[in-house]
Parts: sequence; C-alpha cells; structure tokens
Amino acid sequence: MTVETATRARPTGFSPLQYAICLKGIVWREGLRFLHQRERFVAALVRPLVWLFIFATGFRQVLGVSIIPPYETYVLYEVYITPGLILLIQLFNGMQSSLSMVYDREMGNMRTLLVSPLPRWYLLSSKLVAGMIVSLPQVYTFLAIAWFWEIEAPAIGYIAVLPALVLSGLMLGALGMLMSSVSKQLENFAGAMNFVIFPMFFASSALYPLWRVREGSPLLYYICQLNPFTHAVELVRFALYGEVNWTSLAVVGGCTVVFMVGAILAYDPSRGLLARRGEPGGAS
Amino acid sequence: MHGMNTIEPPAVAIEGVSHSYGARRALDNVNVSIAPSTFAVLLGLNGAGKSTLFSLLTRLYAVQHGQIRIFGHDVGTAASEALRMVGVVFQPRTLDLDLSVVQNLTYHAALHGIGNREGRKRADDVLERIALSERAKDKVRNLSGGQMRRLEIARALLHRPRLLVLDEPTVGLDIKSRADIIGHVRHLVTAEGVSVLWATHLIDEVADEDDVIVLHQGRVLAHGPVTTVVRTLGAQDMRAAFTRLTQEAPLQAESDAS
Repeated sequence: MTVETATRARPTGFSPLQYAICLKGIVWREGLRFLHQRERFVAALVRPLVWLFIFATGFRQVLGVSIIPPYETYVLYEVYITPGLILLIQLFNGMQSSLSMVYDREMGNMRTLLVSPLPRWYLLSSKLVAGMIVSLPQVYTFLAIAWFWEIEAPAIGYIAVLPALVLSGLMLGALGMLMSSVSKQLENFAGAMNFVIFPMFFASSALYPLWRVREGSPLLYYICQLNPFTHAVELVRFALYGEVNWTSLAVVGGCTVVFMVGAILAYDPSRGLLARRGEPGGAS
Repeated sequence: MHGMNTIEPPAVAIEGVSHSYGARRALDNVNVSIAPSTFAVLLGLNGAGKSTLFSLLTRLYAVQHGQIRIFGHDVGTAASEALRMVGVVFQPRTLDLDLSVVQNLTYHAALHGIGNREGRKRADDVLERIALSERAKDKVRNLSGGQMRRLEIARALLHRPRLLVLDEPTVGLDIKSRADIIGHVRHLVTAEGVSVLWATHLIDEVADEDDVIVLHQGRVLAHGPVTTVVRTLGAQDMRAAFTRLTQEAPLQAESDAS
C-alpha cells in the first residue's frame, strides 16, 4: 500500500500534452483495428437488426406495451426494444474489446501497453475510452437504419443520447476489462455469451418492461432491478426522448466507477490477478 | 536519492529478488548488476526464470522480495522514471499485424507521449537504420520473421532508452537473421553506449567480451565477464563452464528441497 501511494504521489514527469498524445494514440489504434475488422462491424449491426426486424415484428402482437415513461403514447414493440438493442451493441463491443485484451495479452500487445512509462491507471482508462468511442459509430449507424424503419426519436434525442452512450459504453467496457482480468472462463466467446451477455441482456428491461416481468416473477423483477444493464438501457431510453432518468444515471455512473477501479486494481502489478495467474500464455 | 554521488548507477541493479507463483519458486535470491554500456547475456535453459525476471524488470509483475533499480530508479516506487529508461523486446511477437510498419512505430511513440510529427520523424530514422524504409507502409503481417524482430528492436529504441532488454529475441529465426540481429544489437552497445540485457538459452550467442549471468532453476550460478567465469571454473570455454554449472546445480537444489 505504501509503495503504491509513493508511486502515485511522485510526479511522473509527463506533461498534460503527453497524456493527451498517449490517449490519442490508443484511440487511434483501436479505431484502426476496428476498421480492419470489417466482419466485426457487420456482425455488430446484423445482430441488433435481426432482433429488430424479425424478433420484434413477430412479438409485436404478443406483447402489448402500455404507456410508460418516457413514452407519451402507445409505442410499437420495435420502438420499445430499440434502446435495449443499442445497449446490446455496446455490450458486445465491451466484451469484444475485453476479449481482445485477453488475446492481446497473449499476443503480447497488452504488454506493450503496460510497459509504457505513463501510469497504468491512465493506460487502462485510455483503453476503455478507446473501446467506448469505437462503439459510438456502431450505435449511430444502427439508429440510422432504424430511422429508415420508421423508428424515430425526437431530433433532440439523437444528441441527448450521446452522453448516455458515453457513460454506458464506459460501464460495459470496464465490466469487460474487469472480467478479462479475473476469469479464465471468458477466454472464449461462448463463455462470455453464456455467463455474461445472455443473463445481462435477458434479465433486464431491454426486451420487456419491468412491470410485466413483475407479474410473471417478483424475484426476477428484483434481479432485473439490480442488473446495471437495466439501468444503462433506461438511461439511454430516456435520453433518446431528451429526458434524464436520474436513478439510472446514478446507478450507471456508480457502476462505471466501481468497475473501472476494480479493473485497474486487477491489473495492478502488486495486487492484481495478472501475477497470480502466472505467466501469460502459460509458459513457465 | 544518490546525494553527491557522481558515479553513474548501474544500468540494472537486481538485489535479493525472489519470486513465487503460488508454491513454485521461480526466482531465488537473485543478485545482478549490469554496468552501463555493457552487453550482458542472461543465460539459462527454458524454465530457468528468465521470463519471470523480465516481467519483474518491466513491472508487468510487482517485485515480491528484493529490489530492482534501473539507472538508480526503483521499478516499484519510481516506475515511470525506470520504464522511460528501458526499451523492451518481448519473446512473443508484440506487433499489430494488421497495422503498417509506420503505424506500429507511431503507436509506440504515442505510448511514450511522443507526438505524431516527432514520432514519424523518429520512425523514418530507425527504419532507415534497419533498412526497412521501403516497407514503411506495408502491413507488418507481410514482413519476414527477421524483419519483424528488427522492427521490434527499432520500436524499443524509438523513445531513446539507455537500456535495451530482449527476451530470447532470436527464437524462431534462421541463422542469417540471428547473426544480423545480434550484430545489430552489439553495434548499439559499442556505437551508441546502450546497455543491453540479452536473455537466451543459446550459448553460441555469448561472446568473450560479454558479461554473463547464468540463471538456473531460479538461481544465479555465475555472474561476471565471460573470461572470468570461464577461468574461475577452470573450463575450456563458456559451453563447458555452463555445462559444469548446470550439472552440479541439481544436486544442490535437491539437497535444499524439503
């Protein structure tokens, strides 16, 4: 602990400009990598569009959505699930960049990042910001396609949703980063799907309003309420209509901080699980 | 920290360093000192603890026991200053295969707070020195193994460190590439005064004028100029000295094991 405090207290000798250069470099690399993986972009769009065009259309007649805030009229089911699908994009994006960290770590790219002389918390935060920024064009492309499908939010909503997306993107990225450091289970994507993506997505307000969940199972209702993903969905849902859901904002903000601190601690060389897991790649 | 001391601190000072993965002890009371502008070879078989020592030197893992200083800067308490002094070439490839040669270099520059313009200038310089200028815009994926290694060394030098550490840099390369790379790094020592810590299990990479550190089962069995180590052991050459050291070691290790 004392060692750590000393590290932080000591000036690192880097100017704010150099910090900015480092952040820019990390974002730029993440962007380039994303552009090189065109399949990833297509997959990121096809996934929510399948839900929107097929699932939602099929379900429209089954599930009636009554008027609940922020909606002022009855809305189509497609409109209801759009915020959830936005978060699905960000959830996959967060998991993918966390898995790419696992992959990076084995390939050694994570090592390159971590031997930079800038403070490690800054490097990891920059990596998170980079992952979040990459999720934004995916979300807006999805919103544009949805708009042609006549799923339209008020014009102000498209701007108001941006800060919500920034926060939710950071939260899901930090969660992914935390998990990448903690769990070996998640080193394959199937593991992440089964243990994280599906439970988070289904036990949330993404696909059905929570009052309907409550009618079915009060227990599940409470689980959904505790799921940070629910609050990320609600934050985005309200923001799309130019409103702020303060409870969701508090939960998402709090979870972002907790997950980020957790991830930074997990990658801390003295406390972290990196060392306890032994050599990267399993070499001895 | 060093007061009036005008003598330059060693490039690397490893004092009493031990490291365990759970119950397995990977390093046992390692003491090593490397003078500035020396080519020091860390010689050990696979599993000797070389990679662990590298991970500690580069702060990938925290030092559990003992102290590591790079030009006087403690890796634990003054990580930034220490890491600024070091260029690292890891054993596995750490380049972005889908990015171009120049992009890989400018990314590294950014990680060290070096802006795009200066980064490009330095990239051009180092590429010229390793004769890869004409490949600057190619994707790294299309380079040969030897070219990738040269690029990694060039990248490690981009922020102008005074210490270059390389973990088995010639693994998987053909004889000519190996000779090129070791020659290039030796040149850096003599021409530019860079200090080098070169880890390998290949004895023929050790030259008579080098310093050698023989690491075996986590312990330093010998440390000093090659000629001295060979002479002290009464061996004919480094190969004989290494064989003698490592064949005697298991007996010691067994007698220590409880």
